[in-house]
Amino acid sequence: MGNHSDGSPNHSGTVATAGQNEVEKFQDPGIPPHRLRLADTDPKAAKRAERQVALLFGASVVGTLIFLVAYFAIDLGDDSSIATIRLQNALLGVGTAFAMLGIGTGIVHWAKALMPDHEVSEERHAVRIEEDRVAAVRIVDDIVEETGIKRRPLIRNTLLGAVALAPLPALAVFGDLGPRPDNTLSHTMWAPQEGKLKRLTRDPDGTPIKASDVTLGSAFHVIPEGLNELHEGKLNEKAKAVVLLMRLDPSSLNPSKGREDWSYNGIVAYSKICTHVGCPVALYEQQTHHLLCPCHQSTFDLTNECKVIFGPASRPLPQLPIAVDDEGYLVATSDFKEPVGPSYWERDEHERSINS
Amino acid sequence: MSAASTAEAPAFVAKTKTGRITDFVDQRVGGSGILREFGRKVFPDHWSFMFGEVALYSFVILLLSGTFLTFFFDPSMAETHYDGSYLPLKNVEMSVAYSSSLNISFDVRGGLFMRQVHHWAALLFVASIGVHMLRVFFTGAFRKPREMNWVVGGVLLILAMAAGFTGYSLPDDLLSGNGLRIIDGVIKAIPVVGTYISFFLFGGEFPGTAIIGRLYMLHILLVPALILLMIVLHLFMVVVHKHTQYPGPGRNDGNVVGYPLGPVYAAKAGGFFFIVFGVLALMAGFFTINPIWNYGPYDPSPVSAGTQPDWYIGFVDGALRLMPGVIGDFHFEYIIFGHVLTLNVLLPALVPAGIIFTVLFMYPWIERWITKDDREHHVLDRPRNAPTRTAIGVAGFTWYCVMWAAAGSDLIATHFHVSLNDVTYWLRTLFFIGPVIAFTVTKRVALALQRKDREIALHGRETGRIVRLPHGEFIEVHAPLDEYKHYKLVGFESPVPLPAVPNDHGIVTRKEKRRAWLSRWFFEDRVAPATPAELEAAHGHHAQPAVEAREESKSLSH
Amino acid sequence: MKALSQKRRHPLAAIALLLLGLLVTGGLYAVATTVNQAKASTTSFSSSDVEEGGKLFAANCATCHGMGASGSKDAPSLVGVGAAAVDFQVGTGRMPMQMNGPQAYQKPAQFNDEQTHQLAAYVASLGAGPAIPEESLLDEKGDAAAGGELFRTNCAMCHNAAAAGGALTRGKFAPALAGVSGKHIYEAMVSGPQNMPVFSDANVSPEGKRDIITFLKQIETNGSPGGADLGALGPVSEGLFVWIAGLGVIIAFTIWLTSRTS
Repeated sequence: MGNHSDGSPNHSGTVATAGQNEVEKFQDPGIPPHRLRLADTDPKAAKRAERQVALLFGASVVGTLIFLVAYFAIDLGDDSSIATIRLQNALLGVGTAFAMLGIGTGIVHWAKALMPDHEVSEERHAVRIEEDRVAAVRIVDDIVEETGIKRRPLIRNTLLGAVALAPLPALAVFGDLGPRPDNTLSHTMWAPQEGKLKRLTRDPDGTPIKASDVTLGSAFHVIPEGLNELHEGKLNEKAKAVVLLMRLDPSSLNPSKGREDWSYNGIVAYSKICTHVGCPVALYEQQTHHLLCPCHQSTFDLTNECKVIFGPASRPLPQLPIAVDDEGYLVATSDFKEPVGPSYWERDEHERSINS
Repeated sequence: MSAASTAEAPAFVAKTKTGRITDFVDQRVGGSGILREFGRKVFPDHWSFMFGEVALYSFVILLLSGTFLTFFFDPSMAETHYDGSYLPLKNVEMSVAYSSSLNISFDVRGGLFMRQVHHWAALLFVASIGVHMLRVFFTGAFRKPREMNWVVGGVLLILAMAAGFTGYSLPDDLLSGNGLRIIDGVIKAIPVVGTYISFFLFGGEFPGTAIIGRLYMLHILLVPALILLMIVLHLFMVVVHKHTQYPGPGRNDGNVVGYPLGPVYAAKAGGFFFIVFGVLALMAGFFTINPIWNYGPYDPSPVSAGTQPDWYIGFVDGALRLMPGVIGDFHFEYIIFGHVLTLNVLLPALVPAGIIFTVLFMYPWIERWITKDDREHHVLDRPRNAPTRTAIGVAGFTWYCVMWAAAGSDLIATHFHVSLNDVTYWLRTLFFIGPVIAFTVTKRVALALQRKDREIALHGRETGRIVRLPHGEFIEVHAPLDEYKHYKLVGFESPVPLPAVPNDHGIVTRKEKRRAWLSRWFFEDRVAPATPAELEAAHGHHAQPAVEAREESKSLSH
Repeated sequence: MKALSQKRRHPLAAIALLLLGLLVTGGLYAVATTVNQAKASTTSFSSSDVEEGGKLFAANCATCHGMGASGSKDAPSLVGVGAAAVDFQVGTGRMPMQMNGPQAYQKPAQFNDEQTHQLAAYVASLGAGPAIPEESLLDEKGDAAAGGELFRTNCAMCHNAAAAGGALTRGKFAPALAGVSGKHIYEAMVSGPQNMPVFSDANVSPEGKRDIITFLKQIETNGSPGGADLGALGPVSEGLFVWIAGLGVIIAFTIWLTSRTS
């Protein structure tokens, strides 16, 4: 903290000791003298400012007219092109901007150039005056005394109890906001129905996929057979059942024990719902065999059963066991063997009950 | 106020018609008294005092444009097939909410304009609240008696974010639907009750058919009502406290210097509303915001690259991105007594936001405890004159910005041609060391600026004129400041560390020791304001050139 | 299960696995080629094209891709990639590659249309693969709405819903699609350049691809109804805009508003 002005290492001036503030300080010179503006002294300048303000208000009128013309003259019929909408939008913007900025800048210019610009000083008053405080305390004391709440603890305690309990119905009444979760999160539409295995079909048109359609390096976005026929809760089912189907060189897959028959000729199906917070993990890099989630960049290694190799996810994507039916179409041999999507408190419980 | 005086007919009879109407109203509501109290109330004038007004005006514009939008928006999640005029979505299956949003954009005249005004105003609303709070923090305007108003402001920031998020989700497009999906994932990570909250919020499984209607009610009724309530509280306290002012000649804690409300300040503030509206109209007319027609209807299967929330939720999204799910062999998704604890979601979603808002709400009391300062402060600090506080603020803001930047990590990667993974690694590093660097640098810069002020106060400003003295020495002529500018550089408080004080029992408590330690940390590095004695000494040193320069400046000014 | 894990350690297990692997790979290639054969012969190349292409290949490409395009450690084999892949990679300037990196960048094409045609002819002659699409699939007169749905399901997660591009892992990225010709878009879909998955005709039908191209061209020519699209990058560019331009203009106004008039 040296004094830069003379380069001497003298600290005494810069590092003040306690109490120095009171010892000596510069005196406040008061509000600087008022400086006259051009418009205060020169009537011509004042007149000019007046005209400028009027001009700005005039610009506002023009703006309003532009808005009205743009609104009524440009009709958005059924065949209106994007360019028409863009034109109308821009003109409405210009019109409003002129109308508003004209008024705004006009008033401000008026205030700045023509209204008095003397700075004035006003005294502050204490937020609370001691006299008021004493009076208030007396009033509160009187009120408390008159209610007698201190002398009648029975009344006080029962009132407290009643008030504490009274909000409970207000909470309880929200009980019907939603159903209990139970185990709805632990199964999806892929579970075979009446012994019939669900076919893998294309998203969004729902046509079934043959194993031979899935060439090396391709990625199919898949929904379960019958999803499009659902009327109630279609999106709910889709939100759990969407799957990404890819074909790799079978030798690059490293299935763990018990999962060897979950793929078919290098074709694998994984849940598309990220195990982090549920975005669709749909970015497939066909050379690195990585799956990337575009929301938070969790990266999964397809050759390693979708183990997490980067990003905030902590759990591999669930794999859908698949096989081929008599006609060569891909089918799911069972539901996912674990709940899909983001983790939740009861998830582990659900996973154990699926596999038991 | 005796009974007799009120019963008598008033003495005053207005002459004009307007006068009579005014008088009629005045006799019934007592407007004269209000006008007498506030008509000439003084407001200090500085550009940095306007951000609160920007927020207020944005909110008014939000109410106006939002009301228009409610006439055309239908928050139903029932299925429909689009039949509007935007061809690339013709006959596509979608919700009624999305379809009505498209109709507002393409088939209601001025609807697109209103949507864009509304959304730009929303972004500006939260941004101006943020800048306003930064101004209040860095100038120390949160100090007594304004601590509670600072808290109300913080609540307003949270409410503004809530209003923004509930609105962002309403069109039921792909972008906002994926945003809701992320919210659902975060909610499910809450221990014990998470699954239940998710089912109660969505009325069953995600996405269900209830959420848009529920968010709509929150967005147009509950949240705006709370915002309005908080604004009333906020402005009420502003009136009670009167506005703060920057330090300068004639300004002290006992007065307020500025322009009277009527006419100058009212004209400027009123005119400024129209200016804010005009700027938003220009943005809405020429710049697309939230092109919902690009995103398509919400469907749980697709997703778009660059799926991000609006900027004010960005820091939470960024924190989610920065958190590694697995370190080595340690999985942050942890199974404890048969239940899943999703730390990789919980930690980033709750901890940074929790820290930021806790410190933000507590800060006035923290500083008050450290400084033991119980005086009222109406004169602001220049940020450089409170180096440690300024450094804390910049460190916190840097931390926020690192997370904020992380929310755009993919766009940083594509636009600067770097690896997405490297961006994440760098931001993870900055998450920890960024605030430390920011603190150190800011504090040093603030102290350096103080030293510069001191130097100018003592030796005048550099004129760039080199003079050779008779004995051959070269010096640069320094011109002294006028007394008003000079006072601005020297008229500030420079607190010193407060050592630990024993309490009534003569014991120095551990808490008091901690406070003393923090006080030293706060005020140990300080540059004291120049004193008259020092100025005297400095003039003695540079006697001749100073005199010369004074003459010089005189001759120049005439 | 236990029996299997014991047999896994058998000395013959490795050989059995190798045989199985080879068998599956072979079978797979057989399947793959039969699928692709159906659409391999849409464009005809003359034998002189093939000959000229071979010379060009030997001079410009063989350093990395090997003589006879059989591949090397630096570059993949081009046998069976088809004419579409060559027309895309060479036609957009991605090949010859400027330098080794995570991804080949688009740059001005190094070969003229005729040379590109000849190179495509040569590579197509090495093995059947996806061909250059017919003009009728590129007329941009398909169903834009259907194309939009296909685009959002299959493409938007990498290329962004407005085709503005997006990031992939470790320095790779999906490029923006504005200004890319319909032919190149089509060829990219059938050939799966670099890390892009292949969208064979069994996945997205030729008509579907035509719809996608129609959709892309329509949103490109339409532009945004709301004015400048700020890169169509979503909330990040909007947030930046409001902080820099929006607040910037407002601050300029506040400074004017509180300054003193001369």
